[in-house]
Amino acid sequence: MSVQFTVNEEPVELDVPGIRRLLDVLREDLGLTGTKEGCGEGECGACTVLLDGAVVDSCLVPIAQVDGHAVRTVEGLAPRRPDARNPATPDNLNLLQRAFLETGGAQCGICTPGMLMAGEAFLASGQAPTDPAIREAIAGNLCRCTGYTKIIEAIALAAARREAPG
Amino acid sequence: MTIRPPLGRIAAPVTLRPHLPSSGLVTPSAPFRREGPAKLTGTALYTDDLVFPGAWYGQTIRSTEARARLLGVELDPGFDWTRVVVVTAADIPGANIVNSIQDDQPILAVDEIRHHAEPVALVAAPDRALLREAVAHVALRTSPLQPVFDPLASSQVFAHYDIQTGDVEAALAGAALVVEGEYRVGHQEQLYIENNAMIAVPRDDGGVAVHGSLQCPYYVHKALRRSLLLSDAQAQVIQAETGGGFGGKEEYPSILALHAALLARACARPVRMIYDRHEDIAATTKRHPAIVTYRSGVSADGRLVAQEIEIVMDAGAYCTLSPVVLSRGTLHAGGPYACPNVRIRSRAVATNTPPNGAFRGFGAPQTEFAAEMQVNRIAEALAVSPLELRRRWLYRPGDTTPTGQVLRESVAAEEALERAAEASEFERVRARTAAARTSRVSRGDAADGHLAHGIGLALAWHGAGFTGSGEVHLESVASVELTGDGRIVILVGSTEMGQGTKTIFPQLVAEALGVPMDDVEFAPQDTSIVPDSGPTVASRTAMVVGGLVIGACRRLRAVVEERSGAPFADSYRADAQAHGPTRIDEHFEPYPGVDFDDTTYRGDAYPAFGWASAIAEVDVDLDTGEVAVRSVVAADDVGRVIHPVLAEGQVEGGTLQAVGYATIEEIKLRDGRYLNDRLATYLIPTALDAPRIETILVEAPFSGAPHGAKGIGELPMDVGAPAVVAAIHDATGVWIHDLPASPERILAAMASRDAESQG
Repeated sequence: MSVQFTVNEEPVELDVPGIRRLLDVLREDLGLTGTKEGCGEGECGACTVLLDGAVVDSCLVPIAQVDGHAVRTVEGLAPRRPDARNPATPDNLNLLQRAFLETGGAQCGICTPGMLMAGEAFLASGQAPTDPAIREAIAGNLCRCTGYTKIIEAIALAAARREAPG
Repeated sequence: MTIRPPLGRIAAPVTLRPHLPSSGLVTPSAPFRREGPAKLTGTALYTDDLVFPGAWYGQTIRSTEARARLLGVELDPGFDWTRVVVVTAADIPGANIVNSIQDDQPILAVDEIRHHAEPVALVAAPDRALLREAVAHVALRTSPLQPVFDPLASSQVFAHYDIQTGDVEAALAGAALVVEGEYRVGHQEQLYIENNAMIAVPRDDGGVAVHGSLQCPYYVHKALRRSLLLSDAQAQVIQAETGGGFGGKEEYPSILALHAALLARACARPVRMIYDRHEDIAATTKRHPAIVTYRSGVSADGRLVAQEIEIVMDAGAYCTLSPVVLSRGTLHAGGPYACPNVRIRSRAVATNTPPNGAFRGFGAPQTEFAAEMQVNRIAEALAVSPLELRRRWLYRPGDTTPTGQVLRESVAAEEALERAAEASEFERVRARTAAARTSRVSRGDAADGHLAHGIGLALAWHGAGFTGSGEVHLESVASVELTGDGRIVILVGSTEMGQGTKTIFPQLVAEALGVPMDDVEFAPQDTSIVPDSGPTVASRTAMVVGGLVIGACRRLRAVVEERSGAPFADSYRADAQAHGPTRIDEHFEPYPGVDFDDTTYRGDAYPAFGWASAIAEVDVDLDTGEVAVRSVVAADDVGRVIHPVLAEGQVEGGTLQAVGYATIEEIKLRDGRYLNDRLATYLIPTALDAPRIETILVEAPFSGAPHGAKGIGELPMDVGAPAVVAAIHDATGVWIHDLPASPERILAAMASRDAESQG
């Protein structure tokens, strides 16, 4: 089927089977490999993206459901999208990415893109950045490296900086 | 029906630490993770992110029985096999052996299947749909054989050890108190979030390059050379960004690389083998299950006078690394306590289950769980605080271990214990939980909202680096090169898998050469570029390889400063222009005064030990047996802290893996098959299950390493589980001898205690 949607605000038009997973469309059809697959059954959250701002596991979303909607992935977070010529740097990160870098919220990095998207949704929700609220927000995203401590700290730090931009 | 509030959390704000001001950007107290920006922007390339045009997809045909005679691999004649390639054992040019300690594990099974999910054949196809179709047309013809599942009934022993000091029988006979226990721990899955993954690409010289998620490029290199009959140069191993290892990508990638390479050879194209989670859990290695029986003797004046320990580890169907896992488990089984009379007997045996292998802690978490249970139970029997008992017994400088190793330096058991106890206010909380327990008993169990709070303590030691003479046999090499165009490059085979190698090595080099860290490059982990600096395992990278890197820097600096007569930082660029490249290869030299006899198991089992204490607080729901681990204070002695943020990250992550091991992580087996081989059924802690973790980094430097650093990765894994189980006891009054301490086990223990007290 033909589907039209946006990824990181850029329009996309594809002719693919409607049952094809959003995850595969992103990674294989669009070459956006920042979104990761950890389990393929909606348990680990590594493939988390935002669909019209809502957190979804892209391994569970058939592309037919994306038709007409807006997808946001980790590639859309930094102010300037890094590529081979402009590698990622500490200065070209958004508020949440920068907070992860400072607190040590990313270790092996494989859960990080999904964790960032869950964190972005939390920041956008305007909830108070309490410990239980942040834990709840990332409860669908498994991390095996960090014990979550520094991820929670990163999200709280980004929330605090948003409140008090300096 | 009454609805009880969940085991809720206080809605406290997250406290931001002083080095992280809530506004403005800061100059960090430690450098940022070097590959951090790439990981945070999705540009870091993991194996499955790599694109090789024209690559085929490979899959493994696996046994569905635990033990059987393999009569044949049957290809359905109705299927067009010209469109795909199929590989069996007959297609392996060299040895059909996965190179490891023993030559017992085939790359593809021949004659006999020894475990469920054992690889038997391989198929590759140009697309996934055709691959699925082809795989569905392969059948294995087998006839069943009698499997062995009970390690105690197994007659095949892969390794055994017997360590003796003093006279245990006499000491137990004369002891005022003897405490006995049997402890059982099960499989644990590493559960890195990136599954095992490998892509093999044929090389023009007839060899193969493999790109994969792996910890030890040179293990894979050796395996490829041996079984594909390749030269050093023809076998090329390149580590892609690796999404967690924890031991699970220590030895397993060898077999996966061999599979991918065999298929690439057969179809003359790149072949991708990316496991899905189901295959990864079903087929790859786990932490060894163990049964530890323990008798401890205490003298009338309260001294630990005897430890008699027997360990049986279930290795699974093949040897893999079991002899060294067992060795480490054996050497740590006494715990960090001085005892004059010790006997430890151990064996690792075969069962018809998938082979077990490396996992953070490497045998020590199993035996130190038993050791700590014993100490906590003895404290209860003596009516002494578990903190106080450890103060009396713990190793101090000058003490001797069961192998006769005199602990001359870098002994921080006491400091780790005291700092954790102080930060957690252990005795104060313990007095409060004791009072609550007493009032619960006097008022009846239901009176205070069903939740019981408890606090528990554990202490452990962990040998840094390879066991015994292992580091000598490894002959590791690390290099630093000043290139002809004036760049400083670190050349090591040590891999980054999240723990921070790529950040701390440039830090160490910058410090040793007196140059900015940004001027130091880290060469890719590609066997065609970097030397074999040994595997990235055993908490050895910072200590052993880091030490070699510093040694190389000191020599490089001396060479350049000698030539230039000026400080290295001011002269190295000009030196490179004038003299061309200068490369220093630093070879491992045995640590002075460290000597171990592999045959008698006497001597210095490790060059140094790290020391760790954990204090856990839990809430146990007395009606459901549900446990919520509220907090863990972890004090870990790492010798010297190179990077505080990364070091804390290691402690926090290891602590949560230990909490999972203690409470929820369990593999269930039926007929030798893992039943819960999906992420929906094998559970690891989520952010809601994770305790608040407070890390205290203790520094008792090791003089054998130029920077004083010891290991860190494995330390927290040894202490978490016994601390949580002790806290569950403090809350409930029952001891859980088997891990995980599941609600079922807790309820059963409380029911049997209540039945006894009423009977």
